[in-house]
Amino acid sequence: MTDTLSISDLHVSVADKPILKGVSLTIHRGEIHALMGPNGSGKSTLGFAVLGHPGYEVTSGRIELNGRDVLAMEPHERARAGLFLAFQRPVAIPGVRMADFLRHAASNIRNPQRKEGEELIPMRQFRKELTEKMDQLKIDSEFARRYVNEGFSGGEMKRAEILQMAMLRPKFAILDETDSGLDVDAVRLASQSIAEIGAREMGILIITHHEQLLEHNPPDFAHVILGGKIVETGGPELAAELHKRGYDRIRAAHPEIVEDEAALTAH
Amino acid sequence: MESYLTPGFADRIFERSKLPPTPKTNVPGTLTPHGFLPELFDSFLAQRHEPEWLIALRREAWATFHELPLPDVSLEEWRRTDIRALKLDKFGLPDSQENGATPPPALLAEGVKLSGRTVAVDSRQLVTDLDREVAIRGVLFGSLDALVLDYPELLQPYLFTEAVDFRADKFAALHAACWSGGALLYVPKGVVVENPLHILSGLTAGGVDYGHTLIVLEEGAEATVLQETASADEDALGLHCGAIEIFVGPRAKLRYVNLQNWGKGAWHFAHQKGIVQRDGELQWTIGALGSRLAKVNQHVSLVGPGGSAQVNGVMFTEGRQHLSYHTLQRHHAPRCKSDLLYKGALQDHSRLVWRGMIKVDPHAQKTDGYQRDDNLLLSEDARADSIPGLEIEADDVKCSHGATAGRVDDEQVFYARCRGLTRNEAVRTIVAGFFQQVFDRIAIESVRHALGEAIGRRIREYN
Ligand SMILES: Nc1ncnc2c1ncn2[C@@H]1O[C@H](COP(=O)(O)OP(=O)(O)OP(=O)(O)O)[C@@H](O)[C@H]1O
Ligand SMILES: [Mg+2]
Repeated sequence: MTDTLSISDLHVSVADKPILKGVSLTIHRGEIHALMGPNGSGKSTLGFAVLGHPGYEVTSGRIELNGRDVLAMEPHERARAGLFLAFQRPVAIPGVRMADFLRHAASNIRNPQRKEGEELIPMRQFRKELTEKMDQLKIDSEFARRYVNEGFSGGEMKRAEILQMAMLRPKFAILDETDSGLDVDAVRLASQSIAEIGAREMGILIITHHEQLLEHNPPDFAHVILGGKIVETGGPELAAELHKRGYDRIRAAHPEIVEDEAALTAH
Repeated sequence: MESYLTPGFADRIFERSKLPPTPKTNVPGTLTPHGFLPELFDSFLAQRHEPEWLIALRREAWATFHELPLPDVSLEEWRRTDIRALKLDKFGLPDSQENGATPPPALLAEGVKLSGRTVAVDSRQLVTDLDREVAIRGVLFGSLDALVLDYPELLQPYLFTEAVDFRADKFAALHAACWSGGALLYVPKGVVVENPLHILSGLTAGGVDYGHTLIVLEEGAEATVLQETASADEDALGLHCGAIEIFVGPRAKLRYVNLQNWGKGAWHFAHQKGIVQRDGELQWTIGALGSRLAKVNQHVSLVGPGGSAQVNGVMFTEGRQHLSYHTLQRHHAPRCKSDLLYKGALQDHSRLVWRGMIKVDPHAQKTDGYQRDDNLLLSEDARADSIPGLEIEADDVKCSHGATAGRVDDEQVFYARCRGLTRNEAVRTIVAGFFQQVFDRIAIESVRHALGEAIGRRIREYN
C-alpha cells in the first residue's frame, strides 16, 4: 500500500484568528503537488499546522498519515514519522554546527525509538554520507562546519533546507517557497536537486509563486488556495496559467472569499 | 627576579580608593565570630613555623579582618548581592587535624596527561605530584604552605603585594590571615611545561577552604593550569574564602582554567588577579557552576607594552544560586589587548550579576579592550544583571562593550523539533550553541567537554 497523507476539512487559527477555513488535500507517496496562492492566503499556515507548530491551533478537521492521527503527535514525533517542512524562513541556531545538528536529527529520524543520550549515527558513516550529499547538491564542504542558518545568505538557507531533506529522507515533504530568495541559476539548481534526491520517492507539496521550481518536478496536481480555502485543483496546466495570468480569474470566480480576505487585511 | 613594583603601585592606590571607610566602632557579634577567636589564631600560627614576614603579614591581615565590617548592600559593589544569611561564626580557622576526608572526583583532568597535580581537602594539601623531568628544570609546583617554607625569598615578593590587596574587604583580609592548603606554580625563565598541571580543592560537609593559588611565570615561560573545586556533599554548608595571584612575565604564556563547582550549600568569596608584563599572554577561563552565593573580583592588569589577556567565563546557575562577578581590565601600558567574554545560562530562581570595567591609563595608547556578557534565561524567574563600564584616559584606543540577555527562542525550538529533536533535546542543543562561542576560544578539549557535559546534565526537563 502506498503511504498517504490526508488532510481533511482543516481549520486553523492563529491567536484566535481563523486562517485556514476547511482545507482538504490528499497526497500519495510518489506524487508531486503544487500549492499556489496570493500572499497571506494561508500556505505557510498549512505547513506549520501539519508539523504541529504550537502557535497554530487546529480548531477542527483531521490530518492522518496512513490512518494514524497526526494531530495527536508532538512535532518531533511527526518528523520521525516521516513528515518534513522546508521552512519559508529557516531559523538560525547560533553556535550549533550544521553537521552536528543534522547528525542528531538523522539519528532520531532513522531510529524513531531513539532516546536522548543514546548512540548517534557513527561519525565516519555520517560524515561520508553528508559529504556525498553536499557534493551532489554542489554545496561547499565548509558549510557543514557553519552554524545552522546563521549568517547564511537567502540562497544558502534554502539549499541547506534541501540538504536536510536529502539527509532525512522523509515520506512527505512540504517545501515552502524553497525558490524565494534564489537567483535564476540557483532556482534551476534547486529544482534539479529536488528531483535528484528523489522527489519521486516521496510525496511532495511544493509551495511556490513561480514556475521554475516545478521545471524538473512537474506536478501531478496543482491547487489554488485563497482566503484559507483550496478553491481550485487541476493539473500542471493550472500552475502554468496562474504563473501567466495571476489570480484575477480565480478571484472573480470567488467574490465571497475576496470579501473575506479584504475584511481580514483590514484588521 | 622581575619587579612589579612600579606599575603595581598605581593599582594598589586604585584598590584602596574603592575601600569602604574603616568603621570607628566595632559592632559586637558581627565582627568577632565565634570561630575566629584570637587564641585560635595564635595556635594556628604556632603550628605553621613560617618566616617572620609572613607571620607579620598574617597578623596585620587578621587585625584588618576584625576591623572591617561585613559588606552590606549599602556598598555599590554589594548592592545586588545580599549576604545577610551568611553566619560567619558557623565557620572557623582551618582545621589542622587529619579528618580522613577523601577528595571528590575531578572533572577537568579526565583523559588528560598531566605534568603534576595537587589535591587539597578542607584547606589541607593531601597530594602533591610533579613529573621529575619538569622538576629538574627548576619548576616548583605543589603545596604553597610547604614551598613558602623552602623558598621564602623567592615567594615573598608575590604574596599579597602587587596582585591581591588584603585590605580590599573583610573576606580578603580573612583569607590573607589564614590562607592554607594553597597551591604554587613557579616556572623559571624560558621553561615550557608541556602538559597541564592540575589543582583540585575539595570541601567536606561544614568545611572551610582558604586556598591560595599563586602562579608565577618568568620571562618566556609557558604553562597550562587546570584548577577546580568540588564538594563531597552537594547541599552541605561550606565556605571558600580564597585568592588567586597570577604573574605572567615578559613573553610568558599562561593558560589558566578555574572551575568553581562547589556544592549548592557553599559560600564563595574570592579575589583574583592576573598581572601581565611586556608581550606576555594570559588566557584565563573561569567556569562557575556551584555555590549558593559567589562574590568574585576578577582583575587583569596589563603592565607591559604588548601584553594580552583573554578572559572567558562560562556560568550556569539553578535553584536559588546567586553568582556575582566584578571584573576589571586594567590597561597600564600601551599596545595591550584585553578581551573578556562571559556567557551565562540561568534556570529556576537563580541570578547572575556582572559588573565589568575597562580602565585605561593616560599613556596606555593603542589599547584594544573589549568586554561582553551574554545571558540566556531559561526560566521566567531567573534574573541577570550586566553592567559594563569604561573609564578611558588615553585618546588613541579601541574599547567597546556589549551585553545581552534573552530567552530560548520558541521558533528555534520548533525548528529543531521539526528535525526530530524532542523539546528537551532542542533546548539542550540551543543552550550548547549559546556557549559555543566561548568554547571556541578554549583550546583545551577536556575543559570544553567537562563544562559541556556538566551543563548538559543540569538542564532540566522542559516539557
Ligand atoms: N504567527 C502569526 N501571527 C500572526 N498572524 C499570522 C501568523 N502566521 C500567519 N498569520 C496570518 O495568517 C495569514 C496567512 O499567513 P501565511 O503565512 O500562512 O500566508 P502565506 O500564504 O504563506 O503568505 P506568503 O505567500 O506571503 O508566504 C496572514 O494574514 C498572516 O498575517
Ligand atoms: Mg508563506
